[in-house]
Amino acid sequence: MPAYSVKVSLPSEDKRWKIVNGTMRRHGYSRNSLIETLHTVQKSFGFLDHESLQFVAQSLRVPLSKALGVATFYHFFSLKPPGEHACVICLGTACYIKGAGQLLAETQSSLGIKPGETTSDGRVSLMSARCVGSCSFAPVALFDGEVAGKLSSQEMQTRLQRWQQP
Amino acid sequence: MTPEQLSQMASDETELQQGVQHRLNVCMAAGCLSLGSDTLKSALQKAVSDRQESCQVKGVGCMGLCSRGTLVSLEPAGALYQGVTASDAAEIVEHLAGPPVGRLESSRNTPFFKHQVSVVLENSGRIDPERIEEYVAAEGYQALTQALTEMTPSQVIEQISISGLRGRGGAGYPTGLKWGTVAKAPGPLKYVICNADEGDPGAFMDRSVLESDPHRVLEGMIIAGYAVGASRGYIYVRAEYPLAIARLTTAIRQAKHLGVLDREICNTQFSFDIELRLGAGAFVCGEETALIASIEGGRGAPRPRPPYPAQSGLFGAPTLINNVETFGNVPAIIRKGGEWYAGMGTKKSKGTKVFALTGKINCTGLIEIPMGMTLREIIFDVGGGVPEGRKFKAVQTGGPSGGCIPEQLLDMPVDYESLAQVGSIMGSGGMIVMDDTSCMVDVARYFMEFCMTESCGKCIPCRDGTVQMYDLLTKISEGKAARGDLAMLEELCDLVKNTSLCGLGQSAPNPVLSTLRYFRDEYLSHIDERRCPAGVCACSAPVETRS
Repeated sequence: MPAYSVKVSLPSEDKRWKIVNGTMRRHGYSRNSLIETLHTVQKSFGFLDHESLQFVAQSLRVPLSKALGVATFYHFFSLKPPGEHACVICLGTACYIKGAGQLLAETQSSLGIKPGETTSDGRVSLMSARCVGSCSFAPVALFDGEVAGKLSSQEMQTRLQRWQQP
Repeated sequence: MTPEQLSQMASDETELQQGVQHRLNVCMAAGCLSLGSDTLKSALQKAVSDRQESCQVKGVGCMGLCSRGTLVSLEPAGALYQGVTASDAAEIVEHLAGPPVGRLESSRNTPFFKHQVSVVLENSGRIDPERIEEYVAAEGYQALTQALTEMTPSQVIEQISISGLRGRGGAGYPTGLKWGTVAKAPGPLKYVICNADEGDPGAFMDRSVLESDPHRVLEGMIIAGYAVGASRGYIYVRAEYPLAIARLTTAIRQAKHLGVLDREICNTQFSFDIELRLGAGAFVCGEETALIASIEGGRGAPRPRPPYPAQSGLFGAPTLINNVETFGNVPAIIRKGGEWYAGMGTKKSKGTKVFALTGKINCTGLIEIPMGMTLREIIFDVGGGVPEGRKFKAVQTGGPSGGCIPEQLLDMPVDYESLAQVGSIMGSGGMIVMDDTSCMVDVARYFMEFCMTESCGKCIPCRDGTVQMYDLLTKISEGKAARGDLAMLEELCDLVKNTSLCGLGQSAPNPVLSTLRYFRDEYLSHIDERRCPAGVCACSAPVETRS
């Protein structure tokens, strides 16, 4: 891949931009590294916003529309800031057969939000996953990335309440 | 790294391992890890040092019987412990010599273990996936040195062809044929891609292989690179598998350090490098042309074939794409010969296949069995049958592209052709067992919802057809449909199947078609009687009316 000298200045002093820039530099600012770079942005900032998309698009010389297209195409990328805690309910087939749909419905009504949303106090984000690959312990949910298996409604509620208490 | 150095390393490691009196292997794959196997491992280590025993505590990959986790095995005595927690550590260490701890003991003499034949999983649960020395001691990278120093690329391809290995990603294209096509394709630059975008819900075979034996996949890829004349490889792995990513990253670093990856591999002229690429949660990226688009940094939209990736793939160069399990078979085939591999399995489907058994089944977990075993043996012998005395209803294979197989077909041998004949597919190897509490209309609706959301939107039959089919299925499950809707659904299935651009759309109707074929009465109950026989769907009529 050819190296380009077009230098895009970092949006701010925030050190995380250097990490993002590092990923692009490692790939020689190649356009192909768009997804890799967006992964780094999401890992560093928690989500993708207009500023970061613009910075990445300019640095890699791809149209902003393409960067946005990629960011919205893949489920893994989030365009909204995440809540303090994240609860991901797995809706894979094994989990579904073992009642994950019910679990999700209950959680939705108890938190008052839909998957992909965050509670108004910013404490809990609710998400659903296609399959986290822990099918042996179905139904499964991830609480801040930690897998909890053979989950009952009660266990679910207890864990969520723990997060919601100040 | 010369073959001599490699065998020296292997014998050093073997000697080291034989130096300890006992060894406790603790499962550190994602399943057991989520049950706290890392805490257990520390507790065991502490107990060992407290009692000053000559015992090594080792983290290993998946042992298969995930439902009974955390699993610990004791070597060389051979005991297997199940459901172990950190509080059991002291007791286990006390019983290192003498008889094993009875209350935790699990037998290896059960049908679950007895019927299995390990090829891809031969090292899973035995070696520490984070140490390349252990892989080398288990005959690792021997196939690579053998291929590079004693075989020509065409001889490698010949062995793969003889073995009869077929693509384990689901479609079952003969691997030797694919390798041959890429090898013959002109061009100075070629690529090898490992498809580790295991998107089928209810499947975790690739994840387990990557977590338990990552070097095996690397070795398979490097051999493939040599055979087809590629100098660069990519592993496209799901971002949802952080542990697999971490172990692959470690493995790549170690392999480079050892000299079996990157430049002048094993002191030959052959160079091959492997890079990881993270997926970002799009099911369609399991389709090869979509996967290539994603590695190129774009949206994962498929394109029409031909040209096939073997002619024009990544960055327009000839590209070989195989699945994790396919590559996992390669080292063993090269080491033991194609004939050996072809000795297992059925006439058209050779070798073994890894399955993930989940759903309403007693022994959930990971199994590897020879092709041709019947579904009944897999579910009722290996898997231990349906729990809580409930009745078996169907087994779903092949994920959203597959179908539901009913009880009357359970004596069918598992191979590519038989599964296709009954309207399902082999798929990557997820097997989800359902009992009489599952409603087949609801299951079909579940899969259609999946395909609808995962459709990339490029071609109209898939983009709009899945939405229409989902609406019809919802209408049926709510008890609001008429017979005409069923006819419409069948017509749409036919249309979407035959006119979609890629495999996702072409196979999206499969769950509907197979449930219609074997469980039509359930659809009719929803439509004519407005009731759900399994009591799952919220039909208009109250559930009580069913008695």
